[in-house]
Amino acid sequence: MIKINNVHKAFSGQNVLDGVDMLVQEGSSTAIIGTSGAGKSVLLKILLGLIRPDIGEVSIGNIKVSKDKPGRTLSEIGMLFQGSALFDSLPVWQNICFKFLKGREKLSIQDAKEIAIQKLEKVGLNHEVANKYPSDLSGGMKKRVALARAIVGNPKIIFFDEPTTGLDPIMTNTINNLIREIVETMEATALTITHDISSVEQIADNVALLESGRIRWEGKSKKLRDSKNPYVYQFVNGKTKGPITAI
Amino acid sequence: MRILQNLGKSANIFLQKIGRVTKFIISIFSNLFTPPTYGGEILKAFFQIGWMSLPVLGLTALFTGGALALQIYAGGSRFNAEQVVPAIVAIGMARELGPVLGGLIVAARVASSIAAEIGTMKVTEQVDALITLSTDPIKYLAVPRVLAATLSLPVLIAIGDSIGILGGYLVGINRLDFSSSTYLASTASMLQISDISSGLVKGVFFGFIISLSGCYCGFHSSNGAEGVGKATKSAVVAACVCILAANYILTEVFFNS
Ligand SMILES: Nc1ncnc2c1ncn2[C@@H]1O[C@H](COP(=O)(O)OP(=O)(O)OP(=O)(O)O)[C@@H](O)[C@H]1O
Ligand SMILES: [Mg+2]
Repeated sequence: MIKINNVHKAFSGQNVLDGVDMLVQEGSSTAIIGTSGAGKSVLLKILLGLIRPDIGEVSIGNIKVSKDKPGRTLSEIGMLFQGSALFDSLPVWQNICFKFLKGREKLSIQDAKEIAIQKLEKVGLNHEVANKYPSDLSGGMKKRVALARAIVGNPKIIFFDEPTTGLDPIMTNTINNLIREIVETMEATALTITHDISSVEQIADNVALLESGRIRWEGKSKKLRDSKNPYVYQFVNGKTKGPITAI
Repeated sequence: MRILQNLGKSANIFLQKIGRVTKFIISIFSNLFTPPTYGGEILKAFFQIGWMSLPVLGLTALFTGGALALQIYAGGSRFNAEQVVPAIVAIGMARELGPVLGGLIVAARVASSIAAEIGTMKVTEQVDALITLSTDPIKYLAVPRVLAATLSLPVLIAIGDSIGILGGYLVGINRLDFSSSTYLASTASMLQISDISSGLVKGVFFGFIISLSGCYCGFHSSNGAEGVGKATKSAVVAACVCILAANYILTEVFFNS
């Protein structure tokens, strides 16, 4: 279970998170939606222990992330960064199997490469991509390689920061199915940030809407479209007028 | 009053920076001897820092040695002491010019590239990605570079010294009418082990300074291309100034002992 308790974070005096409370049940798939700049990525980084909250704490399982060293929870977490964050200096297959090449659970190069190719196929990429460098890939391909890196080693918890942004509709569907499959077959807990309402319905059981530093609505993803909550109504229908002020 | 306030503020920022640098050095040392070691990364760093610096270092030393021979000849001839050229070229290169010029040249090449590389990784979240893959960025990125620079610089300086002396020799026998055998004999008889070793010890310190400023500025680079640019510039400036300061302090130490 992931527990987020009264988390506050400000950057140079400007509040980004202003008392976020949230619970993510084990084995569930949850989506976080919210306008650009709402602090969704910052919240994920706090969960990873990359950013320290000013007030409040988060815990994963029984381990407090904000106080302990990040290393203790990270071995069970897979993360897809919004900007992919692939290592430029390594070919695609080494990026995917980085954990197995440099980490504690070492594998032979042969085995690691094989796993990388399997994962590449899972995200809809040809095995020829394995030997290319990230700089030779398109934005959408990078995203899928990063997705492959996030799910390698079957982590128990996976964070996806906008996994389908920049992908075509067909690939979006493939990736959404893949995320659903991972959650179901690996019994992983998934937390996905997205702007796409139909993706939310496809991959998530629960949704939370983060806006102006707080969770404004939480509920089943099926109920998202029918919700009368003014924040949700405005977000789902893309209205310019409402409680969310577009700057 | 305003001046005092600003002075206090600057002093505060300066002390904070010293604190951060000290913390950074401690984290490098505490990661130096604990597993895991990234052998591949260390080898790559030796190649990029040590081996790839050879051409530029060699050329610098060659020209400096040649120019030094001409200058000392011009100076020496004022009191009929032209024969000191080989000795002074050798001593000058080994004690001062080899280490300092070598250090500055390598600083320009290596501190900037380390800072740019790590800075780019920082702003594109690759450093964050390393952490999420349970890899300590200090251990994976900084330790190999610090090791490689600290251990290669003395070797580079030894090679630079030799090439510099060769430059002086070539100018000496071609332009200044020294005979090859006199030049070599005079170099060999005047040069002492302590001249060479002091330069090599300086190299160890300079290598550490270069890699430290590259890594520190890279890891503390602010966001965007501009941030990386600034980090790169600060790394080179800091490395050069610290090398010159350390050179003076080390020279005092060797001079007294
Ligand atoms: N390291 C940082 N330093 C300073 N400010 C930051 C930092 N990281 C994020 N911010 C600020 O925090 C706010 C939230 O950023 P965040 O990246 O979490 O947005 P987001 O909700 O993920 O938006 P998007 O949907 O566009 O990705 C932004 O205003 C951003 O400028
Ligand atoms: Mg984001």
